[in-house]
Amino acid sequence: MNARDRILAKLRPFSPSTATTAPDVAAWFAAHRPVESPAEKARRFRHFIELAHAEVHAVTADNWLKTLCAVLRARGIEQLLVAEGTPHGEQVLDGLPPQGIECATYDMAIEAWKTEMFTATPASLTAARAAIAETGTLILWPDALEPRLMSLVPPLHIVLLDATKLYNTFYEAMTAEGWKDGLPTNSLLISGPSKTADIQQTLAYGAHGPKELVVLMLNVPEGAQ
Amino acid sequence: MSDQITEHRLHFKPAEGFRSRAKAVVDTPFLRQSFRGAMDFLMSKRAAQFPDPEELESLRTLGEQIRQYNLARLPDLLEQLEANLTRNGVRVHWAETPDEANAIILGICQQWNAKLMVKGKSMVSEEIELNHAAEAAGISALESDMGEYIVQLAGEKPSHIIMPAIHKTKEEIARLFAEKVPGVDYTDNVDALIQIGRTVLRQKFMEAEVGLSGVNFAVAETGTLCLVENEGNGRMCTTVPPVHIAITGIEKIVEKLDHVPPLYSLLTRSATGQNISTYFNMISGPRKPGEKDGPEEVHLVLLDNGRSQAYADEQLRKTLQCIRCGACMNHCPVYTRIGGHAYGTTYPGPIGKIVSPHMLGLDATAGLTTASSLCGACGEVCPVKIPIPELLMRLREEAFSAPHPNPAMRGQGAGYSPLVSAIWRGWAFVYRSPAMYRAVSWLTSRFNWLTPSRQGAWTSVREPLKPAAKRLRDRVRERG
Amino acid sequence: MSPATPRPTDVYFFATCVVDQFFPGAGMDAITLLERLGVRVHFPEDQTCCGQPAYTSGFPDEARKVAAHQLTLFPNDWPVVVPSGSCAGMMKHHYPTLFAADPVRKAQAEKLSPRIYEFTRFLVDVLDYRPEDRGSACTVVLHTSCSARREMGVHLSGKKLLGELSQVTLAQQDHESECCGFGGTFSIKQPEISGAMVEDKVQALKASGAERVVSADCGCLMNILGHAAWKDRQEGRTSASLPGEHIASFLLRRTAP
Repeated sequence: MNARDRILAKLRPFSPSTATTAPDVAAWFAAHRPVESPAEKARRFRHFIELAHAEVHAVTADNWLKTLCAVLRARGIEQLLVAEGTPHGEQVLDGLPPQGIECATYDMAIEAWKTEMFTATPASLTAARAAIAETGTLILWPDALEPRLMSLVPPLHIVLLDATKLYNTFYEAMTAEGWKDGLPTNSLLISGPSKTADIQQTLAYGAHGPKELVVLMLNVPEGAQ
Repeated sequence: MSDQITEHRLHFKPAEGFRSRAKAVVDTPFLRQSFRGAMDFLMSKRAAQFPDPEELESLRTLGEQIRQYNLARLPDLLEQLEANLTRNGVRVHWAETPDEANAIILGICQQWNAKLMVKGKSMVSEEIELNHAAEAAGISALESDMGEYIVQLAGEKPSHIIMPAIHKTKEEIARLFAEKVPGVDYTDNVDALIQIGRTVLRQKFMEAEVGLSGVNFAVAETGTLCLVENEGNGRMCTTVPPVHIAITGIEKIVEKLDHVPPLYSLLTRSATGQNISTYFNMISGPRKPGEKDGPEEVHLVLLDNGRSQAYADEQLRKTLQCIRCGACMNHCPVYTRIGGHAYGTTYPGPIGKIVSPHMLGLDATAGLTTASSLCGACGEVCPVKIPIPELLMRLREEAFSAPHPNPAMRGQGAGYSPLVSAIWRGWAFVYRSPAMYRAVSWLTSRFNWLTPSRQGAWTSVREPLKPAAKRLRDRVRERG
Repeated sequence: MSPATPRPTDVYFFATCVVDQFFPGAGMDAITLLERLGVRVHFPEDQTCCGQPAYTSGFPDEARKVAAHQLTLFPNDWPVVVPSGSCAGMMKHHYPTLFAADPVRKAQAEKLSPRIYEFTRFLVDVLDYRPEDRGSACTVVLHTSCSARREMGVHLSGKKLLGELSQVTLAQQDHESECCGFGGTFSIKQPEISGAMVEDKVQALKASGAERVVSADCGCLMNILGHAAWKDRQEGRTSASLPGEHIASFLLRRTAP
């Protein structure tokens, strides 16, 4: 027998497969997390992600590029990593270079430009798939167009979020979107810039990932601006 | 950074020296103050996360149900997890012992000619002492969680499962960095210290051939590994190097994805008093064709190391409900007095006392079972309702009873003392019989002037106990 | 809880071995107080110990033998009042587990369990006792045992009783819910840690500004007062810097006609 079979053989005799009934997660959330209006969700999302040290701007489809530009300029950054082939990436590639922002794209495998990514990429823009109000959390599903490291390595990470895609809870997000039927190779919840309190319980931002997280919120409902 | 990260081999110390290590901390006012301060901080942060006692109680009950439901199906779920991970392109390995786990991990490293392994926070990798095995094989294993990096630089072990460097002040860390990190001047500014760590470790993330991580929840139905962290080093370790190896105990499994949100919420709120961690990283496979980053290979090592022993006993199985939040440590008056190192085990504090005997045997850990006043603070805050005091009493029974055939645990009877057992039998002989009890207590009260003024450990910090000259029963009778 | 429960005319008093041998005054005061409230108190002569010391030390067989004897002490259907949270917890919550493999005794234990009352809870919840203060102004601090707090959930009844006393100020202590470090054999097996815990506890109690400490558990009092007196002797004090007593004694004195 190999280790696998030995371990399973040690467990098997003591495993009653019907001894306990299934926990009712849905009932708990139904009882403890009331449905919220879009405006309430947007307010809560903003409140919690700002508590976690993120900067949030309400934007419109017409002015978000301008805000993006201002965010970069305020930090003296003249270079942005964007995802070619995504609608928001294409808009940036069209709109920002004339404003003096140089736009780089993630057009080859990381091995070919690891050093540049780590040392010469001050900022990135990605979209969020959705977000969670109760904890101020962005949901990202990195893919071939917008790979994983875009949200991790650049010191400034800017996220474009459509506020109509706000869920109340993590549970609601995964069930509404049917995640159990298929997850990508990597999916992420992000709730602020990278941080640590490992030295004498003192909070410090910018541990290994982004030092700053900026959220550009599209379609913010009335009453949550 | 030197290639030789730790100067000497460090092994977990046997439990025998526990009392003297505990005394060393207790006798150091500075350490006592600093542990007290840190634990007060963590306790108040947790309390702020659970303002509604009803919600807390119902969520703990749900957490307990989820863990018990999944443990009841453990062997089936392990097979389901393996099948789904394999379908997703993740390679699954099984290890009964720390040696087997190390051999698997180092074997993968050797296939890749790896010189450097960067590590995200993983208590299971501490449990198997992977860093030493890696060094012996000529592979540098570098901790990248800031707290773990600090204790590794200092040649120490983590003293807390969530806050590894909680025993260190920023001044100590400043001196450590100035001494051990080339080109760094002394600074005790915390932001500056973190930036030093960031700079050193970012270079290492780029260089490493292998990234190692733990697992917080493994989801069987989707074949997904979930990792909880704040720093981003876990994401670095699982994304940048070409190989990602995850290691976990066999118990950290849930059947359904929707079991995760309640446990995740309980975990971060109980551990550090955060409503959520900065990152929740769900890994369901290696880089797919067309993707531009992510590891080419993902491996999962499933470790037993005594867990199946706990599993075989209905009561002891509750030990495996643990989600490693560390709240039991933060609320433990014993941990607060002595810190994590005194325990001499990978997992310190209340959870360490109930899980370590399964990993190390009671022979090495029998003494630790007595290091609790059974005050119940640990069980009260446990997010999945592990009855820690009850399990400690059971472990005491296993440790101190006479060795017998077919014991439930390795090392059963290791703390057996014929004298102590005889004393308890004598005690029972007196107290089970009203006549005997009356006679003995009459003697001790009438001859209370014979009570010794030194009563062993009791009188080290207390006045001697002296029976009253008249017992309550005498006074009741006299009154009529 | 229930002022709706009919007021009992008779109770059993299970003194505990610690009260019988070391704190008979506290036991006497508890009995006197109960009687003053119109309850007949029966003291089963054959009582010894609840069995907890062996149980928590890992000797359940010995605990079972001793506990089995206590099961025979309370034939009538009266409440059993115990002036200790931890002994009451043992009898109420652990007896049924202890006799899990003995159907007859398990049934007895389960029948006994709801009749077991910790002393302060009995005063508050069953007798609805509102003590009338006749003493002069003083400040006290309350220490509640871990068993009373976490196992019996009665930490509020002691507070409520003291809160009824108009001339008594209840002082606040740091780390109120933390263990005093007694823990039965823990204090002997891990004297360094237990010693540090009781040192901190006594400091916190003194720092509260209270003149004295009261508690409903004599195990804790033995530890706390034992350390406070030791410290007094070490530091050359001739009078107690932290006097203390069982809450029954304090209540009886404050309400003496």
